Amino acid sequence: MKGGRFLRSYAIVYLAFLYAPIVLLPLFAFNAGSVISFPLQGFTTEWFVALTQTPALHIATLNSVIIACTTAILSTSLGMCAARAGTRYVFPGKSGILGFVMLPLVLPEIIVAIALLVILLQLGLSLSLWTVVLGHVLICTPFAIAILNGAFAGLDKSLEEAAIDLGETRLSTFRRVTWPLVTPGVIASLLICFTISLDEFIIAFFLSGNDPTLPVYLWSQLRFPGRLPVVFALGTLLVGLSLALLITAETMRRRGLRRSGRQDSGGFL
Amino acid sequence: MTGPIITLSNVQKYYGDFHALRGINAEIEAGAFFSLLGPSGCGKTTLLRAIAGFEDISSGQIALQGRDMAGVPPNKRPTNLVFQNYAIFPHLSVAENIGFGLRKAPLSAQDKSRAVTDALALVGLEGYGARAAHALSGGQRQRVALARALILKPKVLLLDEPLSALDKKMREQMQSELRRLQRQVGITFILVTHDQEEALIMSDRIAVMFEGQIAQLSDPQTLYRRPASRKVGAFIGMMSFLPASAISDDTVEIAGLGRAALAPDQCPEGRPLTGLVGVRPESLSILYPGQAADRQARGTVAERAYYGDMTYYDVLLEGADAPVSVSTRNMPGRAVFERGDAVDLAWDPAALVYFAAS
Repeated sequence: MKGGRFLRSYAIVYLAFLYAPIVLLPLFAFNAGSVISFPLQGFTTEWFVALTQTPALHIATLNSVIIACTTAILSTSLGMCAARAGTRYVFPGKSGILGFVMLPLVLPEIIVAIALLVILLQLGLSLSLWTVVLGHVLICTPFAIAILNGAFAGLDKSLEEAAIDLGETRLSTFRRVTWPLVTPGVIASLLICFTISLDEFIIAFFLSGNDPTLPVYLWSQLRFPGRLPVVFALGTLLVGLSLALLITAETMRRRGLRRSGRQDSGGFL
Repeated sequence: MTGPIITLSNVQKYYGDFHALRGINAEIEAGAFFSLLGPSGCGKTTLLRAIAGFEDISSGQIALQGRDMAGVPPNKRPTNLVFQNYAIFPHLSVAENIGFGLRKAPLSAQDKSRAVTDALALVGLEGYGARAAHALSGGQRQRVALARALILKPKVLLLDEPLSALDKKMREQMQSELRRLQRQVGITFILVTHDQEEALIMSDRIAVMFEGQIAQLSDPQTLYRRPASRKVGAFIGMMSFLPASAISDDTVEIAGLGRAALAPDQCPEGRPLTGLVGVRPESLSILYPGQAADRQARGTVAERAYYGDMTYYDVLLEGADAPVSVSTRNMPGRAVFERGDAVDLAWDPAALVYFAAS
């Protein structure tokens, strides 16, 4: 029983450590004082109003959304090709190649960012949203592959053969059998890549040039203590949005599983 | 049955250095229930997949109704395959699974749904159309897979070990049902199986395959009664082997049994007659007290297996150094022998098969 009590208090401290900072976000976002400290000074929504009146923030948000959407689509497409190749075909040097594809997962981001910056400048390319997309695709693709590998590995090869045997072409087999069965994995991959790209800072900081992304913009605002509550308000909105996205994706994933009658293995929640 | 629907001519298949099919020649008659029987790794599934179009053959020819199938993809062949794991599409209902192949068929939506209903009835799944495919039992999945293939009215239905995933009761039920279905639709069935009993029960013709070659192709009775080699004899049912040596051109001295004259069809590997004689358990019979026979042999029970309706004895014959298997039907009033009991056996030379020594 003594051990049980210890484990329980450990779990509570652990969770508090994880989530207390996130709970502070809405707390100070609705706090009337402009200094981030206790005691709280009353309820206000003026920081949220301030959000709507900052054009630079809107531009940064738009930049981030464009980058995140493009990155999610590109990484997931590349991930599908790699996952398909990895689970279906045998070719020389397969494990080595797949290992290299997954390497960006563990490379220090700042090294990747500096290396990319040097190469892009050497090539004479100017920094823009597209250079950020390039960097983000590089770091998101391994995540996409990891997620989609699971989806494709769970797909029985004989299902596709059966479709071909029943008169479908390779393309229509993909449309009628493969795609519906891997859709939950594809959605999960899109979502993860979108989220990673949206809050990625280092690569965006090095490669974004004159078009700041949301994290880069937030970082630039930290120099002005008076803007801090606005940053908290923005953070509150982002946490809410992330939760909504996560719940939507998980619901869709479970629905997909239920429909195909497969065993639930993992997931986000 | 009119003429061959499939002709296999010197079909060879290499996987790298591995020679999977070593010159397969066979004709499969239209409307027949044809089985490819052999142990795992003998090439039977490779051959089936080659007929379906999923494997390219290295050389030789597969002709379907006289038309060379080389380069014809599976979706353009008049064959359909029932997969070992049934490959039921988990995201579709039973009716959607069965109607899957009808998408391009020039039928109205009404005709298509009627075809699905008919196919469901054919396999005994009336009313299951709206069920989710993943909610079915093993036997039901098997029926859905059959209906899904048969609805396209293929010239040949290929079945890859379709019963191996079912339990014993279900398997026996599906064996007779598959046979009934084949007679009803009149389509040529080619069944791959490693279960010799299943092949004997269901087939019109059986090709026994070992190591990429057809060892014997015949009807079940010939296969059982006159196996073409010792290996086939041992693979199909039970067969005991006794050393034999030639006395004259057609007469042998068999260890433990005695002399017998053998007809040419009892010697598939030719003469001279020095080698082994194969004998089935039921062609030896135990003589109970008061019974006698022209040809008798004497031995001792070395082992006994009681099956209820039958008893199998391993009997060590006098003058032989390995026991032979003998089966006997259990009847009221008949004693079951114990180990060590002396027994007299009756034997019939016509039931023996002779094989060359090595």
